[in-house]
Order: sequence, then C-alpha cells, then structure tokens
Amino acid sequence: MVPLSYYLVLSGILFVCGVLGFLIKRNIITIFMSIELMLNGVNLSFVAFAAQWHALSGQVFVFFVMVVAAAEAAVGLAIIIAVYRTRETLNVDRVNLLKL
Amino acid sequence: MAGAVNLLVQSHPINSALSLIAVMASLAVEYLLLGAEFLNAVQIIVYAGAIMVLFIITIMLLNAGAEERSKGSRVAILIGIPGVLIASVLVGWVFLFHSNTGSVPIGALKGDPHDIAQLLFHEFLLPFEVTSVLILIAIMGAVVLASRPHAVARGPRKET
Repeated sequence: MVPLSYYLVLSGILFVCGVLGFLIKRNIITIFMSIELMLNGVNLSFVAFAAQWHALSGQVFVFFVMVVAAAEAAVGLAIIIAVYRTRETLNVDRVNLLKL
Repeated sequence: MAGAVNLLVQSHPINSALSLIAVMASLAVEYLLLGAEFLNAVQIIVYAGAIMVLFIITIMLLNAGAEERSKGSRVAILIGIPGVLIASVLVGWVFLFHSNTGSVPIGALKGDPHDIAQLLFHEFLLPFEVTSVLILIAIMGAVVLASRPHAVARGPRKET
C-alpha cells in the first residue's frame, strides 16, 4: 500500500522541475523538454487518481494527453528547425524579432 | 526524480535529453505499479521511443552545443527562490500530514488493454476521432514548417 499523497508529491516535484527548467533554461530544445516533463507530472497524478477512485477514464485521458504531446513535439521541433535555419542560434535571448 | 533534477543541472542539451529518458522509464515503472499496464506500454513506446528520438535527432541535426549563461535579474533571485521554497514546503506538508486521501494498493486497478479499449471506443469515440484529425494536421504542419522555405516556390535551381 502506497499512500496516494506520495504519488501526488512526486507529480508535483516533476511539475515544479518542469516549470523551473522552462524559466531558467536558455536553450530552446531544453525548454521544450521541460514542457514534456510538466506533462509527465500531470499524467502521473491522473493515473494515481484513477487508481484511487477505480475510474478507468483517467487512464484514457492520459492516453489523450500523450497523443497531444506527441503532436505538439512534432510541430514544436519543426518550428525549432525553422528558427535555427533563419537565425543560426538556439538561444532564446537572441530570438527577439518576429521578422528579420 | 534524480533524472528530473539532472535535466535542470546539465548545460548540454543531449545530457538533458538522456536524463529525460530516465524520467520517462521510471514513470513507466510507476504506471505498472499502479496497475496501468496499457499506459506502461504506451509510455515506453510513445514517450521514450518516439518523442525522445525526435528530440535527439533534432539536437544532433542542429549541432547544439552547451548553452550560454545569461544573467537573471536580481529581483527574481531574491524573491523567487525563497518564495518557491516556502510554497513547496507548505504544499508538501499539507499533502503528507493533513490529507485523508488514503492509500493506493499496488496493482489496484486493472488497466488491461481490453477494458481501456472498451472505454475508448464506446464512450470516448468522438474525442478519439478528433485526435486523429489533430495528428494529421500536426504531420502536415511539421512537414511544411521544416521544409526549406523557397524550395517549392523557386523551382529547380539554375546553374550558372
């Protein structure tokens, strides 16, 4: 028997790590990975609550979150490649103009 | 969790990506402990397989080096770090000692693929179809964004 709050605390820690990485990091790929980390933290709390309340729809929702995360990763990495082609940098501090 | 912290500490993006893979794998084990076998498989295949391969290929393609440090504002350091610490300690304290949430037995819920499919294709049929359209749009958008901007418009290049 594992208390539910342990899962929630772990999920919160993962989410906070994601937020910190999003705010601190300067590399655009690492920022993107932090977003994935946040999604994973939320997924963990979904599964924990699904097990707590014996509701399978929580797991179905996690499945949808994963699908959306995959689509988002594909589009986001394409955007990163396009940005790198036009600007030759991955540092978000240098990407400050919408149009060159 | 150690992998998550490592993701923050590493300055080189490929080290961050590898630690993110470690986080994904340990989360898959957590799902298995919670009885979600289907999600365990999906986590490994989709996240640790597909998404991380995308990340690593992009890192290698763009030849990403170590990132440069930039100076954060001093106000953010002075206020932000104590604020975050206090908030996290408070939340953890409330969760650990003042919650009557009970506990989850290991392998409590049978999340085998049969039940998941039953739910997915009966109750959640419309969202499922909508996500298929979403994925199609995402594929087209990714191809358009990553293609070279003038490759189509200019046509074959003239030799001079």
